[in-house]
Amino acid sequence: MSSMKTNVYRDPVLGKELIQAIKKQAKIFQEKNGRKVNLMEVCGTHTVSVSKAGLRDVFRDDIELISGPGCPVCVTSHEDIDYMIELAKQPEVIICTFGDMMRVPGSHSSLAEEKANGHDIRVLYSPLEALDIAEEQPDKKVIFLAVGFETTTPAIAATIDMAEKREIDNYYVFTVHKICPPVVELLFNDPKLKIDGLLLPGHVSAIVGRKALDFIATEFKVPSSIAGFEPLDVLAGMYDIIRMLNQGEAKVTNQYLRVVTEEGNKAALDMIAKYFEAASSNWRGIGSIEGSGLVLKPEYQKYDARNLYDITIPESSNTRGCRCGEVLSGHIKPTDCGHFGRSCTPVSPVGPCMVSYEGTCATYFKYERKV
Amino acid sequence: MCLAIPAKVIAIDGYLAEVECFGNTRKVGLTLKPETKIGDYVMVHAGFVIEIVDEKYAMESQELWKEMIKHEQHED
Repeated sequence: MSSMKTNVYRDPVLGKELIQAIKKQAKIFQEKNGRKVNLMEVCGTHTVSVSKAGLRDVFRDDIELISGPGCPVCVTSHEDIDYMIELAKQPEVIICTFGDMMRVPGSHSSLAEEKANGHDIRVLYSPLEALDIAEEQPDKKVIFLAVGFETTTPAIAATIDMAEKREIDNYYVFTVHKICPPVVELLFNDPKLKIDGLLLPGHVSAIVGRKALDFIATEFKVPSSIAGFEPLDVLAGMYDIIRMLNQGEAKVTNQYLRVVTEEGNKAALDMIAKYFEAASSNWRGIGSIEGSGLVLKPEYQKYDARNLYDITIPESSNTRGCRCGEVLSGHIKPTDCGHFGRSCTPVSPVGPCMVSYEGTCATYFKYERKV
Repeated sequence: MCLAIPAKVIAIDGYLAEVECFGNTRKVGLTLKPETKIGDYVMVHAGFVIEIVDEKYAMESQELWKEMIKHEQHED
């Protein structure tokens, strides 16, 4: 066993003291503004950390913790899921994916159902394994379902780089990559949401760097903090934000110094810039947002699975009244949806937020239900 | 999907490294962090090292947070 000790970030004494310090600042805010402070955790993994540590409950009288659109599986549109399913049905195709995607319901089916129907769909931990499969089976077309934010995109770019170097010409990606800034901007401009501060995703920040997020403070005057995923990391980020609010300051602080640098990961950013360019992208329940996606550049189109077949997807629909879109944009809580915990559970999910490990509905189902 | 846990690098072979986490070992890509060395603690995401954990800061965070609380309590 040589894993780095993470229990120092779960120290209960220090945790309690931090909670007291935050509550004190939250009270000052409440007295000044006549309402609770609204903090949004953008990242799905933060949503899990916050609920798992019981923080939503601890701060129920002091802070409104709103879950944001930070789960890449959840924000993937119906149309894109339907396209993936049609791709899986093509001959000579091996679909490779992260496990979270398997049970996300499309309009008529899911990847798990298509696997049961006999199509070759494989769950991988790393896109690197997809390259090996492609090399071993040159007569097949190996397609990786490239879902994810700035954290995942460089890994996908790196596999294309390796495919080039290893001269593998039967590896393809189906990209539904998304980037964070445009959706953050959209949420700030939403008159129905009043977001006072943002808890920013630790691992997206590791790639893009703290400076790249300064626009949140300079353009929108919203104090924010980059935080890691252990309870003390999250608490330190929350403290920073509320203290800044009370002092009338707006900065983007970094409470995840052990991983996040000012400039980010240059090799990863270069890798993204080499293979990808910005494009509009369709977000579940939110719609198309200009410049919020990343697609392969024209010179790398031979790796794009969209060019392989002439696929027309059957009309996509959300007939079952899933409200994941409203959950993702912070407009309702999972418990406000009529399906939650009744017709929609992790065993039998109606929408993606109940499927994904870091989906808001799955998190609330696991950690926030009161008996 | 964005979960990443620190893992220790135990071997390096070209663009691949073997890392250990909670007793399990696995192969990960180094393309995104080529300066990784044996013995480093790294964050792995989607099969690739995305960052080396800065041990100095890892040790210091707690001290910073204790300072923060002290400062807060001082204002009472």
